[in-house]
Amino acid sequence: MAKSGVNGADGHGVTEPGWWIGRKAAALKKFQALPMPKRNEEDWRFATIGAIELGNFQPGQKGSTSVEALRKRSTASFPHAAKAVFANDRLLHLEGAEELARQGVVFESLSVALEKHPALLEKYFMAHPVDLGAQKFAALHAAHASAGVLIHVPKNVEIELPLVAFHWIDSAESAVFPHTLIVAGENSKVTVVDFLGSTDARGAGLACGVNDLLVGVGAKVNYVGLQQWGSAVTSFQLNSTRVEKDGEARSLFVNLGAAYARQESRSTLVGGGARSEMLGLSVGNNRQEFDQRTLQCHDVPNTWSDLLYKNALDDRSKSIFKGLIRVAPGAAKTDAYQNNRNLLLNPEAEADSMPGLEILNDDVRCTHGATTGQIDQDQLFYLMARGIDPRTGAQLLAHGFFEEVIARLPDHKIGEAVRVAVADKFASMRTRGSQVDSIEKSVSPARFHPSALPEEETLDVRALQGLGK
Amino acid sequence: MNETTTLEKPDFKIDQDEGNFSYPEDYAFNAGTGLTEKTIDYICDAKEDPDWVREFRKRALKVFQEKPLPTHWASKDLENIHFDDFRYYLSKGAKPKRTWEEVPDDVKRTFERLGIPEKERAFLAGVEAQFDSEAAYSNIKKAVAEQGVIFVGSREGLKDHPEIFKKWFGKVIPTSDNKFSALNSAVFSGGSFIYVPKGVKVKHPLQAYFRINAENFGQFERTLIIVDEGAELTYMEGCTAPKFDSVTLHSAVVELVAMKGAKLQYITVQNWSPNVFNLVTKRGLAHEESEIKWIDCNIGSRLTMKYPGVILKGRKARGEVLSIALANNGQHQDTGAKMIHAADETTSNIISKSISIGSGRATYRGLVHIPRHLKGCKNNTECDALLINTESRTDTYPAIVTRGEGNSVQHEASVSKVSAEQIFYMQQRGLTEGQAMSLSVNGFVNDLVRQFPMEYSVELKRLIDLEMEGSVG
Repeated sequence: MAKSGVNGADGHGVTEPGWWIGRKAAALKKFQALPMPKRNEEDWRFATIGAIELGNFQPGQKGSTSVEALRKRSTASFPHAAKAVFANDRLLHLEGAEELARQGVVFESLSVALEKHPALLEKYFMAHPVDLGAQKFAALHAAHASAGVLIHVPKNVEIELPLVAFHWIDSAESAVFPHTLIVAGENSKVTVVDFLGSTDARGAGLACGVNDLLVGVGAKVNYVGLQQWGSAVTSFQLNSTRVEKDGEARSLFVNLGAAYARQESRSTLVGGGARSEMLGLSVGNNRQEFDQRTLQCHDVPNTWSDLLYKNALDDRSKSIFKGLIRVAPGAAKTDAYQNNRNLLLNPEAEADSMPGLEILNDDVRCTHGATTGQIDQDQLFYLMARGIDPRTGAQLLAHGFFEEVIARLPDHKIGEAVRVAVADKFASMRTRGSQVDSIEKSVSPARFHPSALPEEETLDVRALQGLGK
Repeated sequence: MNETTTLEKPDFKIDQDEGNFSYPEDYAFNAGTGLTEKTIDYICDAKEDPDWVREFRKRALKVFQEKPLPTHWASKDLENIHFDDFRYYLSKGAKPKRTWEEVPDDVKRTFERLGIPEKERAFLAGVEAQFDSEAAYSNIKKAVAEQGVIFVGSREGLKDHPEIFKKWFGKVIPTSDNKFSALNSAVFSGGSFIYVPKGVKVKHPLQAYFRINAENFGQFERTLIIVDEGAELTYMEGCTAPKFDSVTLHSAVVELVAMKGAKLQYITVQNWSPNVFNLVTKRGLAHEESEIKWIDCNIGSRLTMKYPGVILKGRKARGEVLSIALANNGQHQDTGAKMIHAADETTSNIISKSISIGSGRATYRGLVHIPRHLKGCKNNTECDALLINTESRTDTYPAIVTRGEGNSVQHEASVSKVSAEQIFYMQQRGLTEGQAMSLSVNGFVNDLVRQFPMEYSVELKRLIDLEMEGSVG
C-alpha cells in the first residue's frame, strides 16, 4: 500500500485516558500489520479491491463550509429528542442531552464521554467486533475514532422520539471515522438515525465508521444509517448487533452515496426470544459499488432473525451481497430468513449474490432466497398507458420495490425521510439519460406510440408517492 | 406426552456392503507408490501413449505440483490426502475384453456380484467396466455400433479416433482448471470416449462401471463424450469400492460436448466406500439449442467435491443439474452446480436436495454467471436440505452474478427436518418408525427421482430404504 495519511497517529487535542491511548496505539499497529484484502479471499469475492482508495486522506481536516451553514443543513424532517452534528470528525453542535440526562440517558460525543463515562466506553467500545472481512478497517477505525455518539439508555427507560447524529465530510482530503455506540439496558427502548453526507455531492474522502447496537434483555433498538456520502468517497460501515434475551433489534442501512461502499452487518443472538431484523436498501448509478456482507449468528435456542436487502442498480453500478445464516449446534427452534433482491435498471449493471447457510442443528426453520431481475414490462406498460413517461414509471416501480423495506420501519416519519432521500437520488440520476435509454429500448415500440411520450419530465416522483399506498 | 409421539432419533447406518468385498491383487502393471516424472513415463510406456500425450501429462504434473490445495474455501479434510502414499497406475493389461468369458475370473466375479452383465442384457446399449486403472470389459451392442456410435476407453479413443479426440480433449476443462483436474490430466487412465454421429438417437443408455479393488490407490478416469448435431444420448455411471482403512482417491475429469440441437443426459450414482476421497471435475459445453442434463446422486465416499457445470455457449442452449446428496456419519457431500451463461436466451435449472444423517454434512456450492451484453437468460435454483439428527449439518454457498438485459435469476433454499407429526401419523397406521422415516425421506426426494430413468429411481429408492432400515434396530 502506498503511503497513506491515515497510517500515522493523530491528536485531537483532547486529554484522553491512558487505556484509550493504549488501545488506539494497538489498533494502529494492527491496521498496519494486517494486509490489504485480496480478491481471492472468500470475504472479498467479487469486490473491486482496486476501488478501495485510502490515498492521503487526513483526519481532522479543516473544512470549507461555515459552522452556521453546516448546522443549517443538519436538519431532520422528523421530530427528534436529541441531535449531534460533526464535520470532519469535529463536534459542531449537540442538543437535547440535558433533557435526556434527566431520565438517566447518556447522549454524548465520544470525546466528552471519555471524560464523563469512561467506564461505559471501556466496557462496550468495539467489544463485539465484526469479522466479516474488514478487520483491517475496523482496526483503522479504532485507531482514529473520536467523533460520534455514545448512547446509553438505562433499565426501563423508553425514549419515544428518535435521537439523530449528522456526520459531514467537508473537504476532499478528509478522512472521517463516525462511531455510534448504543447500549440499551433492560426493557429500554430507543431509535437512532445517523445521517452521513458530504458538503460536496461529488466529493471524495474516506469514511470508516462503526456502529454497535447492544440490545439488553427485553430492550428494543431501532437504527437507521442513511449514507449519502459524496460520489467519490470510499466508505466502510461496520455494524455489530448483539441481542440478549427477548430483545429486539432492527437496523436499516440505506446506501445511496460513495464510489465504493462496504457495509458489514452482524447480528448475534445470545438469549432466547432475541430478535433481529436486518434491512438494506441501495440505489446505485455510474460505477458505484455496494459491497454488503452479513452474518446472522444464532448461538442459543429460540431466536429469530429476518434479513431483507434490496438493491436497484443503474448504469454500470454493482452490488455484492454475501450473507450467511449460522446456526450453532445447540440453537434449536431457530427461525431465520435471508432475502436479497436486486433490480437491474441497466444492462451494464451487475448484481452478485451469495446467500449462504450453515446449519448445525436439525430443529430449525431456515430459508433464504435471492432474485435478480428487471423492471416488469407489463407493470411499466400499465403506468405508461396512464400517461406516465417510462423514466418516471420505472422510478415509481423502483419506489414500489423498496416499499417492502421502508414499510417495516415502525416510525413512519423516518420512513418518509428515507423515501425522500431515495427520490433525491433518483432525481440526481435523471439528469443523464442512461436509464431512460435502456428502458425505452426495452419496451417494444409496438406497445405504445412514441409520440405519446412527453418530451420533458412533467411528473415528480415525490408527488406520485401517494399512489403506492 | 404420549409415548408414541416421542420421536426417538434413530441411529442410521449407511449400507456399503454391496460393494464391500475385494480380491487379492495380481497386477501385470504397477507404477509403484508416489508421483514423479518417472511415474508418468511408466504410465505412458504401459499404455503406449503417443508423444503428445506424454508431453501433455508432464505439463499437467507441473501444474498439479504448483497449485495449492483449495482449502481457503474447501474442507480442511483435503490435507489428509497424502499424494505420495498412492499408487497411480494398476492394471492387469491395457486392452479391454469384448466378451465376459475373456475377462479374468476374479474381475468377472466382481462385476457379476455387482450385477453388471445382467443389467447389460436387460436394458443397456453398451457397457464399459473399469477395474482400477483400465477397462476390463467394453462392449457396445451391434445395432448401436452400426449407427456409427463410438464407445471405447480413453486410450482407444485417443489412438483410434485422434481427429475427434484431440479436437475436444482438455477443451471444456483445461488442465489448470483446478489442482485435481491437473492431477487427472497427468495420470489419467480409463474412462470412456463416446461419439454419437449427427442425428443418431441412442435409445438405450450406455453405461460405465467403475470399480476400485486395490488399497492406497488413485483412480483417474477421463471421459469425453461428443454428441453431434441433433443426436441424443443417455450415459450412466456407477461406482463402488471395498472399504479399506487407508485412504483411496478418485479424481475423474468428465468433459461433455453437445453440438447444435443435441441432447445429452449424464447420470451418476456414486456409492464409494467411506474411505474414498471423491474429487471430480465435470463440465459440459452446450452449443446452440442443445441440452445438457446432469443427474448426480452422491451417497458414498468420505468427502465428495463435485460441481457439475454447463457452459451455455450457443443461443437457446439449456443446462440442468439435478442433484441428490446423502451424507451419513463421517461423510461430507460438498456438491453443487455451475452454470456459465455465454449466449443469449440460454436457460439453466438447478435443483439440489440433500439429506444429512447423524454427523453427516451436506454442502451446496453453486455458481450462476450471466455476464454483460447477454439478453433473455434465465436461471432457477432450488436447494432443499433435510436434517435427520440434531448433530447433522447442512450448508449452502451459492454465488450468483447477473448483468445484461432481460435476464432473471432466482435462488431459493430451505432447511427442514422430518416432521414428527408425519411419522406419528404413519406409525398410527401400522408402519414401523424406520418404514415411516424411509417413506418420509423418499417423499422429500420424490419429485426429483421421478425424473430419473426407471432403473435408477428404483435403485435409489432401494438405497434409501436400506439406510433407513438401520433406524429400527
